[in-house]
Amino acid sequence: MYDLKYHRATSVDDAVAKRAAASDGQFLAGGQTLLPTMKHRLAAPSDLIDLRGIGGLAGIEVSGRNVTIGAMTTHAAVAGSAELAKVCPALAALAGGIGDPAVRHQGTIGGSIANNDPAADYPAGLLALAATISTNKRKIAADDFFTGLFSTALEEGEIIVSVSFEAPAQCGYAKFPNPASRYAMTGVFVAKGGGGAVRVAVTGAGGDGVFRHDGLEKALAAEWSASAADGVAISSDGLMSDIHCDAAYRANLIKAMAKRAVSAA
Amino acid sequence: MTEQGIGARVLRKEDKRFITGKGRYTDDIRNERQAYAAFVRSPHAHARVKGIDSAEAEKMDGVIAVLNGKQLTGDGIGNLICGWGVSSKDGSPMNMGAWSALATDKVRYVGDAVVLVVAETQAAARAAAEAVIVDYEELPAVVHAVDALKKGAPQVHDNAPGNLIFDWGLGDEAAADKALKGAAHVTEMEIVNNRLSPNPMEPRSAIATYDEAEDHYTLHTTSQNPHVARLVLSAFYQVAPEHKLRVIAPDVGGGFGSKIYIYPEEIACLWASMKTRRSVKWTSSRSEAFMTDAHGRDHVTTARIGFDANNRIVGFKIDTVANLGAYMSLFSSAVPTYLYATLLSGQYDIANIYCNVRTVYTNTVPVDAYRGAGRPEACFLVERIMETAAREMGVDPAELRRANFVKSFPHQTPVIMAYDAGDFAGNLDQALEAADYKGFPARRAEAAKRGKLRGIGLASYIEACGIAPSAAVGSLGAGVGLWESAEVRVNPVGTIEVLTGSHSHGQGHETTFAQVVADRFDLPIENIQIVHGDTDKVQFGMGTYGSRSGPVGLSAIVKALDKVEAKVRKIAAHVLEVSEDDLVIENGQVKVAGTDRAMAWHEVGLAAYTAHNLPAGMEPGLKEGAFYDPTNFTFPAGTYVCEVEVDPETGTTEIVQFVASDDFGTIINPMIVEGQVHGGIAQGVGQAMLENVVYDADGQLLSASYMDYAMPRADDLPSFAIHHHSTKSPSNPLGLKGCGEAGAIGSPPAIINAITDAIGNNDLDMPATPPRVWAALNAASAKIAAE
Amino acid sequence: MTEISMTVNGKRTRAAVPDNTLLVEFLREHLRLTGTHVGCDTSQCGACVVHVDGRAMKSCTMLAASAEGAEVTTIEGLSNGELHPMQAAFKENHGLQCGFCTPGMIMSAADMVARYQAAGRELTEKAIRHELEGNICRCTGYHNIVRAIQDGAAKMAAG
Repeated sequence: MYDLKYHRATSVDDAVAKRAAASDGQFLAGGQTLLPTMKHRLAAPSDLIDLRGIGGLAGIEVSGRNVTIGAMTTHAAVAGSAELAKVCPALAALAGGIGDPAVRHQGTIGGSIANNDPAADYPAGLLALAATISTNKRKIAADDFFTGLFSTALEEGEIIVSVSFEAPAQCGYAKFPNPASRYAMTGVFVAKGGGGAVRVAVTGAGGDGVFRHDGLEKALAAEWSASAADGVAISSDGLMSDIHCDAAYRANLIKAMAKRAVSAA
Repeated sequence: MTEQGIGARVLRKEDKRFITGKGRYTDDIRNERQAYAAFVRSPHAHARVKGIDSAEAEKMDGVIAVLNGKQLTGDGIGNLICGWGVSSKDGSPMNMGAWSALATDKVRYVGDAVVLVVAETQAAARAAAEAVIVDYEELPAVVHAVDALKKGAPQVHDNAPGNLIFDWGLGDEAAADKALKGAAHVTEMEIVNNRLSPNPMEPRSAIATYDEAEDHYTLHTTSQNPHVARLVLSAFYQVAPEHKLRVIAPDVGGGFGSKIYIYPEEIACLWASMKTRRSVKWTSSRSEAFMTDAHGRDHVTTARIGFDANNRIVGFKIDTVANLGAYMSLFSSAVPTYLYATLLSGQYDIANIYCNVRTVYTNTVPVDAYRGAGRPEACFLVERIMETAAREMGVDPAELRRANFVKSFPHQTPVIMAYDAGDFAGNLDQALEAADYKGFPARRAEAAKRGKLRGIGLASYIEACGIAPSAAVGSLGAGVGLWESAEVRVNPVGTIEVLTGSHSHGQGHETTFAQVVADRFDLPIENIQIVHGDTDKVQFGMGTYGSRSGPVGLSAIVKALDKVEAKVRKIAAHVLEVSEDDLVIENGQVKVAGTDRAMAWHEVGLAAYTAHNLPAGMEPGLKEGAFYDPTNFTFPAGTYVCEVEVDPETGTTEIVQFVASDDFGTIINPMIVEGQVHGGIAQGVGQAMLENVVYDADGQLLSASYMDYAMPRADDLPSFAIHHHSTKSPSNPLGLKGCGEAGAIGSPPAIINAITDAIGNNDLDMPATPPRVWAALNAASAKIAAE
Repeated sequence: MTEISMTVNGKRTRAAVPDNTLLVEFLREHLRLTGTHVGCDTSQCGACVVHVDGRAMKSCTMLAASAEGAEVTTIEGLSNGELHPMQAAFKENHGLQCGFCTPGMIMSAADMVARYQAAGRELTEKAIRHELEGNICRCTGYHNIVRAIQDGAAKMAAG
């Protein structure tokens, strides 16, 4: 890891100010992706601004079907939240499948979505749940937030404060883990809103990162069943191909995981 | 059997330090005035080194020295060598290319070391390494062995035209051809044995310390064989004379073959320690380990096996291309030859075998022995082709094997080996019974109702352990003898130290070796200490690999114990004034049988050292050494049964049952032996279903971390059912055969046979990942649809 | 340099370390607690697992500075004198061979059992295998590690 200057932020404003003062500052949330990247010398921020000390950024609030999760809430906390499990068990299960127990004790929802790894789980969940990402400056709809591989709508000096969504009537997530990294080789989150609107988000497969699948959404809106998903033709155009599997296999996984997600919902 | 003797499940003596965090691995050691090393490594698979600019690096804070290959060779440090000479069929010697610890003119794989930086801190060393500017002229690279043999392929070493290291054969080609021509049925296969990274959890590490006053070096290193390291470092690399070099391999966190070899880093650190007059430490990161630890396997083979009308094998012909990587590592030549082709008879009585092996240079990490070394390649080939032949001929695979088993011993195969003991049908029967082989059709039908494809696969493996005898391996080209040494020191108070040339890096020698001594003299195991891993303490030894610690290492201890016992009897007979024949050793005493007259064990020790009353002419003391050179290899064998369920939707395979029936001869500690089998099978599962080293066409390593190289995790594996059906080895005093590698040898073919059985498509390479299984399943469906 | 203070194995510790010091480097190099190991550089092998404020964490993926004020327990501090039940279980079930992954494995196992017992959840073999996703062992094939954790869980429940 290259030399750096470490800062402990006491508030969101303090964090923003410290980053602004740095030549190439980065916020440090759980650090479960950033620190390994820095260890490999693939990232070299001049300054790290640790967000752990900021009060009020962690915690889960459930009010009726409205859920708000603080940005610094760990995956373990999301996975273990009894309140969340009552209204949206699929998101709790998703969090419980990220990384491993030790990683889940440090990794945070805010850090995960700010990084927007194309194989991360949360982006699929939040996109399918039509979540709103609240920052220190504004509210951003998930549809606008995830803009491509490792890129988001976040601007300079913008910090995620929380994510919120209305728990849908039904939702489910199924992930096929990469056997090496255990990230999603493909993960599909399906959500059916109270009005019958269906959103299907796919992670791990898209060449541009997380995306919504129109064909699956239409089919599942018409009939909410695994067999409806089974009837959808999944194109492999634009899907990732790497040493682990090709686009055709990922297309197959989209269908298989969609079916499982619906069954689990 | 006593409570702590041979056959007892004694808990391990060494565990306490490991479970409390008090183990002492190389990287845990910190010397006075310790500096840190970092290597500048080639980012190219193949390039000419046109120049090195170290000026910036040398000026940086904390930098002590920046050293390159020209300085290294200028100081007379020799090239790394392969220690086993294998000649081509035409008698010409193997084409060994030069390998300098730091590259001088050319780099030949991504990770090839070019410059060594020594600095006050690890961070300073790494920073300076990044500041070294190496001017490379990139050259085209070749990655696959078959490609390397093609006309016009990039030339890796000038003295190996066409990248061919040797073209070697074993057996009678004309006889094999003739037998195949007359066969009633011939099965032909092309088989790829995938490339693996050994991945012991402790990365390699070395600390070299030069003592200027004594002109003496100490090397702490992660080695499976510290004495061989010392011998090679002094005799071939001329780093230091043997008597001025102490090599210590303290606690070592796994090896699996990868820590047998002497690597450039150890040589460079020793040399740098002398240059800088500092203790120089290097510890590999996992990323460096993927780039520099010797890989395993990487064969491409075509084979034909012929049967007569009665399903008896008449001939077997094999053609293998083996990738040895960019340089010939220490034992690389022996692995695809004498450790491979010699096992191609499997458990079967085959009159005619011929094997041709071409070894090849490529722009990849050197390839050498990895758990099993050659024998997994042989077993995979034999057991895949037997299963395939059975399917083609419509015969039960178990019965085709049984019909061809070697049934009487000794049995001379046409490929050197003389099998000396075994009961192959006994192991097969035990495995089939334990796996409820007969009940499989019902289980398959039940799985089908759940939408799962269930398959079953067998592998009846044989391997050879304890490579020996020395004269024989010498005649085959080995540069070393393959005996083992031991020294047993009985102290004046009767406690015992056993010094062994074997090395434990997880195998539990401190317990099993002590059990043998406890068993012999009926002493508490706490009174016995096993000493290993330090060339200043143990005089010489060949180390631990090839499952040799039991059959060879323990045999040397037994031989030394024989000598100790002889002297103990002489002393006790003299003191007690009886005949030696009247004495029995039990319960911590040397007793006169049938009487209450006895000397306590410690009294014998004391008598030996006080020397007040010894038989006339006897030397004082009670310390005996022995060198043991086995009369033959040992031949562990057995049958593994694997049962899988494949999810047709994703191609995911779950191992639902894994049964092993092993013949390891005498078993000293069943708990430890079972642990060895568990670990071996897990590595076999890794090879068969998960692990794969992948290079791109330019020679960049794509599977360079655990993000892309799939290590077996707990949830990838089932629990294993381990059974024993043993015949004693007649080739060593305890009847041991060795158990360290069997699991990794027998499991891959059993697994692939099971998966191919499940999906109805025999065309499936390792690792059988879900995408591959899914594709093979679709291909099988498409074929059925077309028909 | 950053001033840090934390409690490690019950002892208050204060030091000035380079800002980029990882917790594992602080433990191994500054405190010489070498029982915590480093087996990879991608936060996957788990040889470095310690407890921070009672939770298993990968000390290779945490800055020492981030552990400011924390209670850190390493393998050396898991028990006082007597073996922790999980340590005993690893020995009694032959849950280790080379021993390198063992400290992280035991720390993860103790954390796992504590979490399941606190939540009143049953720790099945399947759950144990899933929970071990972040701990890689190359020697044992996990067979005896699973047995050790089952036994350790029973011992911990018995108190």
